[in-house]
Amino acid sequence: MFFLDTPPDTSSYMILGYAVFFIVTAIYLISFFVRSRNLKQDLSMLESMKPESKVMESKTPVNKVTASSTTKVNKAKAKQPAKTKTTKAKAPASKTKKKK
Amino acid sequence: MQTKPTALKILDIVSVLLLAAATYLALFYAPEEAVMGQVQRVFYFHIGTAWVGLLGFLLAAIMGIVYLVTHDQKWDIVEMAAVEISLVFFLITIMLGSIWARPVWNTWWTWDPRLTTAAITELIYIAYFMLRAGIEDPDRRARFGAVYTLIGGVSAPITFMVIRLVRSIHPVIIAGNDPSSQGTFAMTGGMQVAFFFGLFAFTVIFIDLFWNRIRLGNLAAKVEQLKLNITN
Repeated sequence: MFFLDTPPDTSSYMILGYAVFFIVTAIYLISFFVRSRNLKQDLSMLESMKPESKVMESKTPVNKVTASSTTKVNKAKAKQPAKTKTTKAKAPASKTKKKK
Repeated sequence: MQTKPTALKILDIVSVLLLAAATYLALFYAPEEAVMGQVQRVFYFHIGTAWVGLLGFLLAAIMGIVYLVTHDQKWDIVEMAAVEISLVFFLITIMLGSIWARPVWNTWWTWDPRLTTAAITELIYIAYFMLRAGIEDPDRRARFGAVYTLIGGVSAPITFMVIRLVRSIHPVIIAGNDPSSQGTFAMTGGMQVAFFFGLFAFTVIFIDLFWNRIRLGNLAAKVEQLKLNITN
């Protein structure tokens, strides 16, 4: 190599080098965007599940009350959250369907 | 995830422009090297990626120390971001070096001290992610990660200094005069412009990716916290 008058033709290696650089960078950036998109989807889904879990929590003590009491007032109270539960529980499901 | 700050959007655009300019300077502006030919142009990106790779590993070690002192999860996110980006850049460094070595050293790979320490560094940080993946408790994971990056961070200066301390065939372009190195060359004015601009461009690209990756890490932490809240 040191006794050549003109430099050797190593342009194919140069092209390979830059191709590798841009391909690896592109793969990383794509993986970055995919992860970002998936996390955003997870976040929106989990945030929509939040109200549902709150309703589930509020339902538990009410049920206890209905189990211990036989008065009409308590029965009426127990029915009200049950209705809200069904309406609120359906809402996130419809949201996720729309997103899909 | 909050909307992207304007400064980050500008930095994204600037990074793309700098990468384009660095590519132009490396491929067209810098003169062709007399002995190695066109493959020498790989050197500009090889050094640029190596610089930010090792910088990120050192940064991760510092973030590890900060986490161990403060026990604040945000430093764990910063540390992981630095390691991830550096891992990608350092992988590119090794691959570009291998491509350069084929016509110059007549081999894709040799167990030279520099190549060996670089390969070990890369493997150390691949193992870092394997370690993290195996621990579920966020605090424990962050603590183990911090200690690991602190110890692993030692490999970065060793990789940088090894060709200056040990006999090696790897060229030392800056402040090197080892007669055993093969493929060394003196940089002309045009080469120096491409070289230093490449270093600057990759530093800005690193900052941009680092910032984006920290934001992604914050989002991941938020999702993980929400999952824990719902399951509990």
